[in-house]
Amino acid sequence: MNGSLAAERRNKMILSAVLGVVCVIYVLPVAAVLINSFKLNTFVKTDTFALPTGEMWAGMDNFIKGMTFGNYPFWNSVKYSVVITLLSTALILVGTSMAAWYIARVNSAFCRALYFLCVFSMVVPFQMVMFTLSNTADQLKLNTPWTIPIVYLGFGAGLAIFMFVGFVKSIPLEIEEAAAIDGCGPLRTFFLVVVPMLKPTMISVGILEIMWVWNDYLLPYLVLDLEKYRTIPIHIQYLKGSYGTVDLGATMALILLAIIPVIIFYLACQKHIIKGVAAGAVKG
Amino acid sequence: MSRKKLARGNTIRRSTRKWFPLFLGPVVCAFIIGFVWPFIQGIYLSFCQFKLIADAKPIGIGNYVRAFKDAAFTHAFWYTTLYTVVSLVLINVLAFAVAYALTQGIKGSNLFRTVFFMPNLIGGIVLGHIWSMIFDGILSKFSTSIVMDSKYGFWGLVILMCWQQVGYMMIIYIAGLQAVPEDMLEAARIDGASKAQTLFKVTIPNVMPSITICMFLSLTNGFKLFDQNLALTNGQPITMQPGGTAVKTTEMLALNIFTTYNNSSPNAHGTAQAKAVIFFILVAGLGLAQLAYTRKKEVQQ
Repeated sequence: MNGSLAAERRNKMILSAVLGVVCVIYVLPVAAVLINSFKLNTFVKTDTFALPTGEMWAGMDNFIKGMTFGNYPFWNSVKYSVVITLLSTALILVGTSMAAWYIARVNSAFCRALYFLCVFSMVVPFQMVMFTLSNTADQLKLNTPWTIPIVYLGFGAGLAIFMFVGFVKSIPLEIEEAAAIDGCGPLRTFFLVVVPMLKPTMISVGILEIMWVWNDYLLPYLVLDLEKYRTIPIHIQYLKGSYGTVDLGATMALILLAIIPVIIFYLACQKHIIKGVAAGAVKG
Repeated sequence: MSRKKLARGNTIRRSTRKWFPLFLGPVVCAFIIGFVWPFIQGIYLSFCQFKLIADAKPIGIGNYVRAFKDAAFTHAFWYTTLYTVVSLVLINVLAFAVAYALTQGIKGSNLFRTVFFMPNLIGGIVLGHIWSMIFDGILSKFSTSIVMDSKYGFWGLVILMCWQQVGYMMIIYIAGLQAVPEDMLEAARIDGASKAQTLFKVTIPNVMPSITICMFLSLTNGFKLFDQNLALTNGQPITMQPGGTAVKTTEMLALNIFTTYNNSSPNAHGTAQAKAVIFFILVAGLGLAQLAYTRKKEVQQ
């Protein structure tokens, strides 16, 4: 008995060690970005995995060069990415939670049809609607960072409504009824009684939307007026797609700047992010 | 009793109903702009020839015929299928193995989970550029590069996607594994089942719902892949077919639709939209069929 326990402990140690090694390999790509962002461009391709020492050291040059790279100020793309992500997420959270509550509680034929359409929209790939959507958005002047959230609300409503309706249906009706008897209208019932109960789902949906919108490339690429507005993914894709030689060192510097906030966000909200992903996955 | 129950649901329903414009209005408007109208218009335009949507003229099924005859499109279809099968198997096997290891109560489980999930936060475009630098860094030692050989492009994409998706699927598998009843595992242990027997006869049947979800997700993710494909190889290298058509050898379906649309031929827009409809039917159909199949298995077990 003791022997097998010791054997099991040893096996667990070995497993830990193996996973530890895999972990180190896992962070190598990010480490590669870090070391190459300080390396002179000519050495990025030839000495990708060497530390930026001696003649390879570029100091902060890559970062300074990267700021105005591709004839577009990098900080603008950061600004627009933040604006679009925050506005879209806020709009989706408010809009779809209200709609979902209405759908679950009123439950008319129209509500059921709308709900069905939302579920249907989850299996439709973006390519199906991308040309017509970008055209519609253009005609309605939704091609700015301040109006594109409406497009996100429209195309992203499906999953959010699906998740909210599922949760509202599990809330006992008595609580809202008590509020109604105490004289609350639907608006106050929703915001003072339902929203606090929805908070965990709100966090899950919010996390999923932030991850989607922040990293999204094709939708803003097709909808936004690219002369004026670029998000971070669009900007980075422009650098590589542009003619002439690409400065890989400066590109890596920008990529580093782009992923640092993401990693900080992840480490700060890790628990919610993992819970949100697990909740969102159940949509199947 | 039943009358009381009826009255209960009605209080909220009746008082809320007239608030339709406020609660449902914004979402319905946005949903029409962002989904319903583009979808209907998209189906209509797939039967039209057009440069600008305003002067589209119906031409019947010509676009679909062109789409199926397009060597680049059929190549993209088979390439996408192959990629999806390979990545589906690899991602799910690795993710399950990691999740299984992390639920054995070993030291550092939380740290490992954090690290493995991290790549999911980074977007596809950025990932593509990171990995193209890494692959080129390795391949330049052999004086070649990721865009020189379609084999490199294929396996490069598989490695990239494993790196990204294993952590995601792992989270779902961990949730499934933690829900396996402890007394069931204990019963198996007391009955003298080996570790492998417990895994295959008790654990795996119990996590079938998670397996369903993960298969469904990796299947549709594989078919819909775009950003990583664009950023890593953008379809390169290109080969010339005997007929004179150029085929991008590492181009997947979503990217093919995109490049077709940007083509200068007068039929390009219509053909791209027809391809998009085919693509939609494929993705939706595959997803639903796969789901129905695994759900059936679940019930049998």
